[in-house]
Amino acid sequence: MYTQYIDMHSDVVISQSDSRPMYQQIMDQVKQRVAMGEWASGEEIPSIRQLAIALRVSVITIKRAYLELEREGVILTQQGKGSIVAPNPGLSMELYREELTDRLEDVARLGNLLGLSGEEIACRTKEAANRLSEARLIGNGLTKERV
Amino acid sequence: MNDLSVHFEGVSKKYPHFSLDNIHLELPAGSIMGFIGANGAGKSTTIRILMGLVHQDTGSVRVLGHTMPAAQAAAKLDIGFVSEDMRLYCPATLAWHMKFMRPIYPRWDQKYAEELARRFDLKLEQKIKGLSHGQRVKAALLLALARRPRLLVLDEPTTGLDPVARMEVLSELMAVLADEDRTILFSSHNTLDVEQISDQITFIDRGKIIDSDDKEAFLDRWRRLRLVLPADGVVPRLPGVVAVGGSGRLPVLTTNRFDPAMVSVCTDQGATVQAVDTMTLEEIFVANVHSRRERLTA
Repeated sequence: MYTQYIDMHSDVVISQSDSRPMYQQIMDQVKQRVAMGEWASGEEIPSIRQLAIALRVSVITIKRAYLELEREGVILTQQGKGSIVAPNPGLSMELYREELTDRLEDVARLGNLLGLSGEEIACRTKEAANRLSEARLIGNGLTKERV
Repeated sequence: MNDLSVHFEGVSKKYPHFSLDNIHLELPAGSIMGFIGANGAGKSTTIRILMGLVHQDTGSVRVLGHTMPAAQAAAKLDIGFVSEDMRLYCPATLAWHMKFMRPIYPRWDQKYAEELARRFDLKLEQKIKGLSHGQRVKAALLLALARRPRLLVLDEPTTGLDPVARMEVLSELMAVLADEDRTILFSSHNTLDVEQISDQITFIDRGKIIDSDDKEAFLDRWRRLRLVLPADGVVPRLPGVVAVGGSGRLPVLTTNRFDPAMVSVCTDQGATVQAVDTMTLEEIFVANVHSRRERLTA
C-alpha cells in the first residue's frame, strides 16, 4: 500500500482556551480527519516526539492521545516503526454515536437544572425528533397535510 | 530511558529565615519537568543545590549519575544552566561569547549556535550591553543550548519575555527533546508554559514539595464538582476534597482524587451533579497551596 506522510502539525490546532484537555483535542481532530476520509487508512502519522515538537506540547500528552486512539482502533502503532491510520470503516458512525451520548448528557443536565422529570425530558426529546422529521418532509416537497 | 537525570533524596538545607525540608525529586531522562512555586518557595535554592552552588545540610543529590556537590566539576560539563541573575560580559559581543565557550565544552555545536542566533533574531556582532532583557535571555539560552548538554536547568526562562519570544523559547526547548537522552528542568511561575510543555510537574511551597506527578495524571486527578442539593440535603462526602465553596444548596467541591464514579455517589445521596469541571494548572496550583497552608494553620 502506498503510504504518505501526513503533515499533521499544520492541520492540528491546539487551543489553550478550549476547556477540553489537550490530549482530547488532539484525539478529536485526528478522529475527525479519519472519519471524513481526509486521512486514509495505512497512511503514516508522525512519531510521538515529532508531533510533540511540532505542536510544542508535552511528549506525555501526545503519548496519551496516541494510546487512546490506538485503544479505540483509530491508529496502529508498531514497535519501532511508528504509527499509521488503522483500517476502520466503522469509525464515522462511532463518532456520531459518541457525540449523541455527549449531547444527551447536556440535555439531561439542562433538564435537571430546569427541574424537569425524566419523562418530561424524554417527551421534549421526542417532540424535537418529530419537528426534525416534519422539517425534512417539507424540505422534500411534501407538506404536512399530504402525509 | 528509565535512568534518572536528577535524583534528590531527603535533601534539607537550613537558613535563618528559610529552610528547604526533606526534598525528594525524580526526573527521568528524556523528559521535561516544570517546577512551580510562588516567589520565595524554594525553587532557586533547590536549583542551586542541584548545580552544586549551594551545599545541602543533609540528603543525597545525584545529577546525571554524579554525586553532588562532590562531583560538580564533572557534572557541570553536561549541564546547561540559565538563570535570571546570570551575567554575560557586557562590553563583548555574542560572537565573542561563543568563541569563549567553544574550547571549554567538547560538544559545542557552532552550526547549531548560528542557526539559533538566526531563529532568535540575534546579531552575532552586537555587544551584550545593547541587548534588551528578552534578547539577553535568548543569548544566554543560545550559549547553553549550543553546548548540547544532557541536562538543561533553566530558572524562570520565560519570565519577562514578550509572547513571540516566549513561543520561540518554548519551541527550542521542545526541539531539544528530539534527542531522547536529553532532559530539561525549568522553574516558572507561568503555569501556562509549564502546562503546555512539561511531562512532569512538581509544586513547591514554603520549602516543601507539595505535589509531584506526571502531567496527565495531575490534570486527571483534579476536578471541580458543581452540585445542587435537595432542600434538606447535606454535602456528599467524597475522597480527596480539598475545598468546599459555593453556597447553601449549590456547593462546589474541589477534589484531587477524582474518579468518574463520584458522580453516581453524589446522585445516590440525592445531589444533582450540574457540572464536572476540569481545572487549569494555575487553578490546581492555587487550590493546592491554599489547602496546604490552611491545614498548617488549622
